[in-house]
Amino acid sequence: MISRRRILAILLRHFYLLKHSVSRWIDLLYWPTIDLLLWGFVSLYIQQKEGSGIVYYFLGALILWNILIRAQQGLAVGFLEDVWARNLLHLFASPLTLFDYVLGLLLYSIFKALIASLLMGFLACLIFDFNFFAQGSNIFLLTFALLLFAWSIGLITIALILYFGQEAEILAWALALLFLPFSAAFYPLSVLPPLFQDIARFVPTSYVFEGMRLVFQGKDLPYYFLLKAYLLIVLYLITSVIIFWYAFKLSKIQGKLTKIGE
Amino acid sequence: MIPSVEVHKLFKFYGKKSVLTDVSFEVFPGDILGIIGPNGAGKTTLLYILLGIIEPTSGDIKFFGRDLKKERSSLLKRVGFASNYVSLPYSLTVEENLKIFAHLYEVKNYQKRIDEVLNIFKLTNKKRALCRALSTGEMMRLNLARAFLHEPDVLLLDEPTAGLDPEYMQVIAEFLKIKANKDGLSVLLTSHQLSELEKIANKLLLIKEGQVLAFGNLEKLFKRFGVDNLEELYFKVFSDTTIFEKHG
Repeated sequence: MISRRRILAILLRHFYLLKHSVSRWIDLLYWPTIDLLLWGFVSLYIQQKEGSGIVYYFLGALILWNILIRAQQGLAVGFLEDVWARNLLHLFASPLTLFDYVLGLLLYSIFKALIASLLMGFLACLIFDFNFFAQGSNIFLLTFALLLFAWSIGLITIALILYFGQEAEILAWALALLFLPFSAAFYPLSVLPPLFQDIARFVPTSYVFEGMRLVFQGKDLPYYFLLKAYLLIVLYLITSVIIFWYAFKLSKIQGKLTKIGE
Repeated sequence: MIPSVEVHKLFKFYGKKSVLTDVSFEVFPGDILGIIGPNGAGKTTLLYILLGIIEPTSGDIKFFGRDLKKERSSLLKRVGFASNYVSLPYSLTVEENLKIFAHLYEVKNYQKRIDEVLNIFKLTNKKRALCRALSTGEMMRLNLARAFLHEPDVLLLDEPTAGLDPEYMQVIAEFLKIKANKDGLSVLLTSHQLSELEKIANKLLLIKEGQVLAFGNLEKLFKRFGVDNLEELYFKVFSDTTIFEKHG
C-alpha cells in the first residue's frame, strides 16, 4: 500500500540535502542559466545573419531538453545520492516499499525539472523576449511526454547501476545524451542521414521536438505526432519498469543492495 | 506464546557458494539473542535476510507468526535496526535524519518522540549538528536512537557497541536489558564484545561458515560445553571443528 508519509520521507531526504549543499544548488540553477545564455546568444547571432525564427526553436528546444535532463537526473542522481551516502541499506531496512521510494524520487524529479524550466523560461522572456509558457496547451502535452520518457531513462539508469555497481554511475549523466542526436532537438529531423532518421522513428523525443517546431510556427500539432510519441513512451516505460524491477530483485538475491556504495 | 522471530530451514547461496545452511531458531518476547561467530560466519547476512534486504535461497522467516515475504512492509514497522557499519547521511543534521525515519516508520507525534530518543541516547545537544560532525560513538548512538524511534518490538543490532565508550556501552546494555524485561522487546545482536554480550544475552546462536554450531539458553550452553563464561565457550566451540550441534 502506498504511504504518503514514506513518500514525504524520501522527498524530505532530498530537500534537506539541497538545503545544506551549495554545489547542488549550483548544479540546479547554474547550468540551465549558462545553457540558455550561451545558446540563446548563438541563435540570436544566427538569426541576425539568416533572418529566420531560429532563436525560438533553439530556446524552446533548450528548455524542453533541460526538463528531460533534470527529470531524468532527479531520478538517477537522486538514487545515487543514497548510494553515495550509503543510505540504501537503512531505507530498505525500513517499511519503505520500492514503489514508495520511486514515487518519492519521481516527485523530486518534477521539482528539479520545474525549477530549471521556470528559471529558463523567465530568463528567455527577460533576455530574448520569448515566452515559452505562452505557446499553448500543446507544449504542456509535449512536456509531459518528455517527463515520462525521462523517467523511463532514469529507471533504466538505476537498473544498470544496481546491476553493474557504482562503476555505472556515469550513466546518470550520459544515458539521456545517447538519445540527443536522434531526438532532432536543435535541428529538423530532415537533416539527419537516412539511417539516423530510421532510428529516430523509434525515439519518442524526435516526435516531441518536431511537434514543438510546428507549435512555434503557429501550426496545429497533428494528433499522430502525439499518439506516436506517447505510444513509444508507454513501451519504453513498460520496458524500463520491468528491467528496473528485475534489477532490484536480482540485487536482493545477489546481496548487492547491501554492498553498493562501499 | 508466539515467537517474535521464527527462522526455519534458512539457506542462502551466492551461486554455488553457501553462505547460510539450514539455519533455524526462535526468539520470544523478552529474549536477547547474541549471534556470535568468527568473521565471515554469516551473522550480518542473517540480519540482512531478516530485514528483507537480501533474499534467502530458501526457508521461512516469520515475525509475530506472520510471513516476512508476504507482509514485509507492515512487519518492518515493528522491527528496528542499527549497524555499526552503516552511518546515516553526513550532510543532514541529526534532527533531519530522525525526521526522515520518523516518516518512514509513520511515527505519531514524531517531534516529541525525536526529543525523547535524543534524550535517552544523550544526543540532545547534537540535535542540530550535521552528522559529519559526530564522533563514531555519537553516530552509533544516533543509529540506536533511530532504531528506537518507532518503539519496535524486535530490534536487530549489528555490532551495536563497537566504537562506543565503555560508559555508554554499559548504559546501552542496561537499556536493552530493561526494554527486554519490562516491554518484552526481542533483541538479536551480533557482537564481538563477548564480556558485554554475556551480561545481557539470555540466548546464543553460534555460527561458523553459515552453519549453526549451537543454539540455546546461555546457562544451558555453558553447562553443556563445560565452560564458565562466554569467552571460554567461544574458543571451545569455534576451535573444535567436529562440533556440529543444532538447536541445542
